[in-house]
Amino acid sequence: MVRFGGVTAVGGVSFDVAERQICGLIGPNGAGKTTLFNVISGIYRPQEGQVRFAGTVTTGMPRHRMAPLGLGRTFQNLALFKSMTVRENILAGAHSAGSAGFLANALRLPRARAEEAAADRRARELIHLLQLDAVADKPVVDLPFGTQKRVEMARALISQPKLLLLDEPAGGLNHGEVDELAELFQHVRRSFDLAILLVEHHMSLVMRVSDKVVALDFGKKIADGTPDEVRSSPEVIRAYLGDGHAEAAHAA
Amino acid sequence: MSAIQDAPPLAAAAPRVSTARRGVWLVLGLAVALAPLWLLESFHLFQLTMAVIMSLAVLGLNIVTGYNGQISLGHGAFFAIGAYVTAILMAQADWSFYATLPFAAAVCGMVGYAVGLPALRLGGLYLALVTFSLAVAVPQLLKHRALEDWTGGVQGLFLMKPEPPAWLTARVAITPDQFMYLVALVVAALCYLLAWNLIRGRIGRALMATRDHPTAAEAMGMDIAALKTRAFAVSAMITGVAGALSAAAVEFVAPDSFTFLLSISLFVGMVVGGVASILGSVFGGLFVLFVPNIAESISRAAPGVIYGIILIVFLFALPEGVAGLVRRVLARLGGRSH
Ligand SMILES: Nc1ncnc2c1ncn2[C@@H]1O[C@H](COP(=O)(O)OP(=O)(O)O)[C@@H](O)[C@H]1O
Ligand SMILES: [Mg+2]
Repeated sequence: MVRFGGVTAVGGVSFDVAERQICGLIGPNGAGKTTLFNVISGIYRPQEGQVRFAGTVTTGMPRHRMAPLGLGRTFQNLALFKSMTVRENILAGAHSAGSAGFLANALRLPRARAEEAAADRRARELIHLLQLDAVADKPVVDLPFGTQKRVEMARALISQPKLLLLDEPAGGLNHGEVDELAELFQHVRRSFDLAILLVEHHMSLVMRVSDKVVALDFGKKIADGTPDEVRSSPEVIRAYLGDGHAEAAHAA
Repeated sequence: MSAIQDAPPLAAAAPRVSTARRGVWLVLGLAVALAPLWLLESFHLFQLTMAVIMSLAVLGLNIVTGYNGQISLGHGAFFAIGAYVTAILMAQADWSFYATLPFAAAVCGMVGYAVGLPALRLGGLYLALVTFSLAVAVPQLLKHRALEDWTGGVQGLFLMKPEPPAWLTARVAITPDQFMYLVALVVAALCYLLAWNLIRGRIGRALMATRDHPTAAEAMGMDIAALKTRAFAVSAMITGVAGALSAAAVEFVAPDSFTFLLSISLFVGMVVGGVASILGSVFGGLFVLFVPNIAESISRAAPGVIYGIILIVFLFALPEGVAGLVRRVLARLGGRSH
């Protein structure tokens, strides 16, 4: 459970994401999806409850320990390293995959070189996969929102996470781009051997790619199951219609 | 096995082109660095030696403030500590200059690490004030009665610059000043190389990432506390080595050579040269040393005013420092050749 002052942002929510599963997390604005993400990735410490990841309880762990365990994430409102190029941002994501420290890097010991070469190679692959070739060495701040989202995704993928948390990856994309994104998720899951927890407003996208969907409203879980089950759940319909959300059209 | 691990090994074609270009730059750089040995007489060569040393000190500051975003207004303190470690060991214990260098680096690294610890909780303007007080306190400590036997108190300490070795004097005619210039150049070049290696790799990216977006940096697995304290240590180490070189070049240390003004000069050098730029630190050092002299030669009555005017002109004309200008020029040249 997480409270901000008097507001209980998330409470009593419990669900599992299986290996290699794409799990959609839906809910109206303010439902607590981002808060839940921040709990899972260790940014917020919940007042109650715990998170278990790959067999270990991770609640209360130092934040930088999550990535080495195999947790990758993107941010709803972009959290790129602004002074760096696309490639450098992606390489920064490889930090948890390496271990060469100050001395090994300053002296360019073989270990540091090998790590750097491996990271370079993987960055190249991801730049290609996410169609960032044309902008690879451009400063990341100069790029459109949708492209920056792809950079964040590449930065999360380069450390080869077991679980990838994506917070509204389709935000700011047009219809064609959303279709491409859906294909990309399938491709990523197939070739990277990972599970994805996907927060998305874009209901049709979530329903199309997810194996399982969890619905939140006012910080509580109101439904979970297959996309069809969740789509037809009365609570979910009520949450969206009651809120007067445009997405209700997609949900119904 | 993921697709990414199965990737074919990368062809090494791209780096080969830049190796040739890098060779050209290296030869050019060497020529520019060594030419003063023949072109400048003693006093100006000494000034240039000091400029090389200042460049190294600015490089140290740039690691922690430029690349890691932790503002330090107190790097003059590390410079002073490095200088005194070398001076004390040489004057009081008869150590050779070279043996004192790693020692000065180690002492400054430890003090830097210790300063980095409170820096973790403070940050921003508060950190600036803490480092400011360090810069104010160190010269007073150096004068203090309790340390007088070691530091020589207000009088300071005299020492000798390293002699050119016999194998060198047997082959070429080289004055002690020329030799000191070479020593400063070699030590500085070595530090620049190590810093360059550090910055362009995993750790450099982590330093910049924690500066740009700490939350995202942690999500990438970066241990902010460890990075920040180590950045402080490395930074203090480099500036401390510069201090050690200056003690030998000047052949004298005294508390009043390391006032708060020195810390500010280093900061100015970093900004004018280029924040978070290795190359910029070179220009920063040149600015720190030569611009006050130029100001003095323009007006003996009010050199501070002239210095201020030159500084403002620089900041307006080169908002990203000299390094930013160099980058733009190179980008334009590169663009034309394509
Ligand atoms: N840092 C915060 N401080 C105070 N309240 C917050 C904070 N973050 C989120 N909240 C509140 O918690 C609730 C859930 O927000 P959030 O997790 O961002 O929802 P969602 O991502 O589903 O739109 C909202 O009522 C929001 O106002
Ligand atoms: Mg949100």
